[in-house]
Amino acid sequence: MNGNGRVGILVNRLGSLAVLFALIALWWMASNAGWVSRVFLPTPQATFASLLEGLNLRGPNSNGELLAFTQATVGRMLQGWLLASLFGVLLGAAIGVSPAVRAWVQPTLEFIRPLPASALLPLAISIFGLNPGMVLFVVAFGAMWPVLLATVHGFAAVEPRLAEVARCLQMSRAAFVWKMGLPNAMPDILAGMRLALTIALIVAVVGEMIASQSGLGQAILLAARAFRASDLFAGIVLLGLIGFASNALLAFAEKRLLRWQQP
Amino acid sequence: MTERRLLRWLRPWVFPALLVGAFEWYARRAAALGSDALAPPSAAARAFMGAALDGSLWQATGFTLGTAALGLLLGAVLGIALGLVLGLSRRAAQLGSLSIEVLRPVPSVALIPLAMLTFGFGVRMELAIVAFATFWPLLVLVQSAVQQIEPRLLEVSRVLGLSARERAFKIVLPAIAARLFVALRLGVAVALVVAVTVEIAANPNGMGYAMMIAQQSFDPALMLAWLGWIGVVGFAVNAGMVLLQRVVARRMGVLP
Repeated sequence: MNGNGRVGILVNRLGSLAVLFALIALWWMASNAGWVSRVFLPTPQATFASLLEGLNLRGPNSNGELLAFTQATVGRMLQGWLLASLFGVLLGAAIGVSPAVRAWVQPTLEFIRPLPASALLPLAISIFGLNPGMVLFVVAFGAMWPVLLATVHGFAAVEPRLAEVARCLQMSRAAFVWKMGLPNAMPDILAGMRLALTIALIVAVVGEMIASQSGLGQAILLAARAFRASDLFAGIVLLGLIGFASNALLAFAEKRLLRWQQP
Repeated sequence: MTERRLLRWLRPWVFPALLVGAFEWYARRAAALGSDALAPPSAAARAFMGAALDGSLWQATGFTLGTAALGLLLGAVLGIALGLVLGLSRRAAQLGSLSIEVLRPVPSVALIPLAMLTFGFGVRMELAIVAFATFWPLLVLVQSAVQQIEPRLLEVSRVLGLSARERAFKIVLPAIAARLFVALRLGVAVALVVAVTVEIAANPNGMGYAMMIAQQSFDPALMLAWLGWIGVVGFAVNAGMVLLQRVVARRMGVLP
């Protein structure tokens, strides 16, 4: 490895690319040779054609809907995630900054933590009805949880000496939150926000499936009901791309924002 | 002294009691104004007793927990096996990395329609999705656990001339047991959440579906009862895993 470092890295990259292509070739063979029924497993070329058509990449006068669906889902996910991050950090800071509040409220938070976010959908439907705002509420509420708990944890883990320093300097509580609590909780909050984005995507898709809001979740469900397997796979590919891109962006942002932590 | 202890014991219950009380008041007021979308928690408790007595509660709970457990078993066996391979061989890890990075971010719920198409409704579709969802975290955690094994242990296995199977069962698995348990705990939480989500979105079985059908038939008391029960089951399963993990860690001498 040491002698041929750059060449070795290049070979590894090519190797992992080859493995990916081998998997796609396996898919191609399995579907074209009819090992697996095409009702379930469309050929890669059919999936690709559905993607091109749906995203209007084939010509100027096509009327694909996937682009609009993707925008709807991404918009829902991002709005819900931003709301979740905002309220998660605010509530988490309010709870985490005071040991007394923490002692009273944290057991309840721990109890609600394992509750699946999508389990709130029926409740939200009966309160708000079937509308886009309801889905957004559940997305935001479900995604808020990891941020909230991470913020509480980050505030609870402030080095006691720092708290003493703040007391000596007679810092106000707001100054303590801003200058010590938040920077200290930042790694936790960012990790929570990353988890929150994953949850936001999942809940957005489930919400679209149940509440029939236009988006990729509804699109793939309808495609499956109509046995349009290539459209279904196109939707799954797009959802995978959304997940991949959002995760990669956040990992990059996390690295940039936490640069001060690294030695 | 005893007063303090009493206070400490009561403290966690005060906040939820306030929440439930506020909800009771709000739901009763809404009902008085002629809304049938919500029910007070007292009615939910009665609905819960009814479901517990006629057996539908236990049947649905058993379905969800059983399916989640089977799916986790499938996902965990596959994830641990591949994680061992990728953890032991640097070359295999590098070759597989791109494929894993591409496949892992696919949200598990995106496979609900595909599983519906392939398996129809029932145990198998839920099993497949739970297995897919639990496969990735176990793969990643086991791989990183294996990569952090003390290298000397692996040298010992090479010196002793152990076969690959012996190496996996005698050296590697015992060495990663504690971390494996942490990964399994995460897997249990994921499996339960995914199972309930699949039932809410599509599969007409189990706790999620029971809650969904209660909402659709305008029985808000039963819906709230299910919501609370799902919360209790999730909390109990997770708390049980934490306890089990602590016992196992102590047995293995990791914790004092």
